Amino acid sequence: MSEARPSQRHVNVVCPFCGLGCDDLEIASDARGVRVEANGCPISVSAFARAAAETAAPTIGGAPAAFADAVARAADILDRARAPLLAGLGTDVAGMRAALALAERLGAALDHMNGAALQRNAKVLRETGWVTTTLSEVRNRADVVVLLGGDVAARFPRFYERLIERRDPLFPDTPATPELVFLGGAAPRDLPASPSAAHVLPCATDALGEVLNALRALVGNRALQASAVAGIEREALRALAERLTGARYAVFVWAAGLLDAHGDLAIDAAAQLVKELNRTTRAAGLPLAGRNGDLTANQVALWQTGYPLPLRFARGFPEHDPYRDSAERLLARGAADALVWISAFEPLPPPAADIPTVALVRPGTQFAAPPAVGFPVATPGVDHAGHVFRCDNVVALPLRRLRAAELPSVAEVLDAIAARLGAGSC
Amino acid sequence: MLIRLARGTVYDPARGLDGVRRDIYVRDGRIVADPGPGATIDRDIDLDGAVVMAGAIDLHTHIAGGKLNLARAMLPEDHRHDPLARTGRTRSGTGHAVPSTFATGYRYAQMGYTACFEPAIVPANARHAHLEMGDTPMVDKGGYALLGSDDFLLGLLAEGAEQPVINDYVAWTLAATQCIGIKVVNPGGISAFKFNARRLDLDEASPHYGVTPRRVIAALTRALEELGVPHPLHVHTSNLGVPGNIASTLATMDAAEGRRIHLTHAQFHSYGTEGERGFSSAAARLAEAVNAHPNVSIDVGQIMFGQTVTASADTMRQYANRRHAHPKKWLCMDIECEAGCGVVPFRYRDRNFVNALQWAIGLELFLLVKDPWRVFLTTDHPNGAPFHTYPQLIRLLMDRGYRRRALEAIHPDAQKASVVGALEREYSLYEIAILTRAGPARILGLTDRGHLGEGARADITVYDDHPDRERMFRTPRYVFKDGRLVVENGEIVDVAWGATHVVRPEYDRSIERRLAAYFERYRTVRLPNFAIADDEIAADGRGRLIVEPCGRRSA
Repeated sequence: MSEARPSQRHVNVVCPFCGLGCDDLEIASDARGVRVEANGCPISVSAFARAAAETAAPTIGGAPAAFADAVARAADILDRARAPLLAGLGTDVAGMRAALALAERLGAALDHMNGAALQRNAKVLRETGWVTTTLSEVRNRADVVVLLGGDVAARFPRFYERLIERRDPLFPDTPATPELVFLGGAAPRDLPASPSAAHVLPCATDALGEVLNALRALVGNRALQASAVAGIEREALRALAERLTGARYAVFVWAAGLLDAHGDLAIDAAAQLVKELNRTTRAAGLPLAGRNGDLTANQVALWQTGYPLPLRFARGFPEHDPYRDSAERLLARGAADALVWISAFEPLPPPAADIPTVALVRPGTQFAAPPAVGFPVATPGVDHAGHVFRCDNVVALPLRRLRAAELPSVAEVLDAIAARLGAGSC
Repeated sequence: MLIRLARGTVYDPARGLDGVRRDIYVRDGRIVADPGPGATIDRDIDLDGAVVMAGAIDLHTHIAGGKLNLARAMLPEDHRHDPLARTGRTRSGTGHAVPSTFATGYRYAQMGYTACFEPAIVPANARHAHLEMGDTPMVDKGGYALLGSDDFLLGLLAEGAEQPVINDYVAWTLAATQCIGIKVVNPGGISAFKFNARRLDLDEASPHYGVTPRRVIAALTRALEELGVPHPLHVHTSNLGVPGNIASTLATMDAAEGRRIHLTHAQFHSYGTEGERGFSSAAARLAEAVNAHPNVSIDVGQIMFGQTVTASADTMRQYANRRHAHPKKWLCMDIECEAGCGVVPFRYRDRNFVNALQWAIGLELFLLVKDPWRVFLTTDHPNGAPFHTYPQLIRLLMDRGYRRRALEAIHPDAQKASVVGALEREYSLYEIAILTRAGPARILGLTDRGHLGEGARADITVYDDHPDRERMFRTPRYVFKDGRLVVENGEIVDVAWGATHVVRPEYDRSIERRLAAYFERYRTVRLPNFAIADDEIAADGRGRLIVEPCGRRSA
């Protein structure tokens, strides 16, 4: 019966491959694989298609191995490690629960592959807080939308379709399409209605904070001495400040991953500007994220430990030091002696590191050098059910199983390794 | 496995037992009748007079969901001095004002609690809240779904929808969010704030919809009554924290039109405007009204001095309170055409007049409301104080000498502005058992919790009868969850996971067609992905759903 499985059609499918959390996909699955048939985007079409016909065996040193042997070898590596690191963390809620349980037993550190971008937002939230909003509010209320630093559509392809090109917002006072302002980056070429020149204010990405601070001064009726800020004329800024003060619900959108290394300064400036606007009208930020399960991993870490990522359990309890424990720095200074790399959504290889690596990855991942142990794992939302968080951090979406899976999930592999710890070498 | 808890002093208000020496028998997770002399007792525990109560139930504690994760993200310093190391049996975590989920479950159990109810689940965030509750061990859980500022309900009220349509929507919400009750926070006010209104009084028409908060209260109290949901509407009234808000609090009672209504964290809503600072206690007025209206219940939301964080759906009031933030950071969020959330860290100081009087107002409410079945012991965790302050609060209620000494330490003008010093009442153990067990179980409709009668789930707490009531209630001798000994002398000896309690009143499913169209047109999640399936809660084998019965009851 499984040989001649007819094509199955799935509707209202949730896509876990970017943080927008589109849940209206129509997907066909059959013996040839999984295909997006409606409401796809470049990311989802290729990510679901890549999920087709993926079967592969675990590997030890690059050679195929039995699952039990690979688990035993991974447990042995981790038993011997004094300072293991779990990184990547591209997984769903269940996978992150298993990662935290394993890290706690090992006294390991954990960080997500998007850790640098996560920190840009985390720092602002921790130091001043902010006023933010969620997708349905933007969809129905925003009358001005300011995009900070480049075109978010490259990472969140259906952003304009779902939030900007709305036909009938809930409130008649909300315009059918909000005014779009591009601050810092160029406007995308394929918008149905191109924004007026007054609404495109290019500047260097690392000058965004300066520009936003100038806007805040103008919104707060404070004098601005400079005739231009980061190449933007004072009068253009003044016009924008007036538009923002006059808006009913201005929304500032940024994707921390598209900002520069000091993007926290731009985010902080945006947060303070939004707070300033809220003295007299309403405004909010919309931080976009959620690719490769970054927000999901962070949310589970927060509720299970009290801290966001990165984390370490070296002393038997969770500790959070975002500078010391970033995966990048731990690896760069040789402070980790074994790596568990998790990337279940996209076939991303682990960073180059001269330490034994256990890789839980999507089949088809190209390694520079074979990992000590490799586990091809199932893709959440394709091969098994699960949960992921959407970009606004509010909505957790249910992922479905779209085909009969033969690969184990991240949680299954990590639980199996945890069960083998302390069992001695194989 | 038959367990006998022999020779305990039993306080079981649901059955009128006030300090009676009894043996209690437990088999297969439930309390059973005395099996007679021939039965083999597998485990016999001699309590030698120790105090026995049902496991405590907290009907209002913010333990799960987005606002708490935001508070955790904003306040890593809240955890640094309270790490919880892993043991062979328990997971690691962190404590203080917003503990991690594991720490929350362990510490509640260590205080003798066996059930906790999260009182503010924004429907769009319900799945997240249940994921967190799924990682909260030791206690049963449940939640109240938030309605009353959601655009769908306000739209129904604005168009003059018939009550049965509203009932269907409320019942669908309970089913879709897997909740046991309905909460309303600043009715209409969270929506109004999105339209830039900074206040909304009970009889003021809301922006855009033109619906008054009074209308929201009337519609929702009526819906719950007609659906037969055991827990009455759980109301965080308008004007939280505003001097003079007693007027809108009393008016909200009337808005229930005689139907049952629960006013939550009433302390924050019992303020007058007298005195040179324009801030005074109106606890006596509220208590008088509660005493006169048997349809009304309250929980207090006592504040206790120290650092905490406030996390509330009331964005309008949280935004206004941002200037009191300590440390100086705060956040607000508008959420999904349903509600919002504001997180403002707070430090309540005994030498601050307003904070000191807030503390006294809470105690006045406890001591002036006569019927212990209609007042519940809460600090609105973490908003008034973290839940780990409960034992101290119990001592304040039970020991007037201790209470007087505590009163002498607060701001002198607040002492003078409060009648607490003149109140002689001391709560008895029997009354504490009502406030923390029998009362919450009854008002939530939990028929087999909160008492020690035959057939009850064997959630049992045993305390040493120490004269220092804080010490007594801080560290029970034994805690049983579903018949398993889980805590002994404050140590966790076994880990239980607890169930999730929900209600599912009947409704006309045709409302789902209308909702599906609405969600597709205006919202960003489709209806089938919005509703939480049973197996999402039970999926990992730890979780379990208990559907509590609904039935029509008279007001």
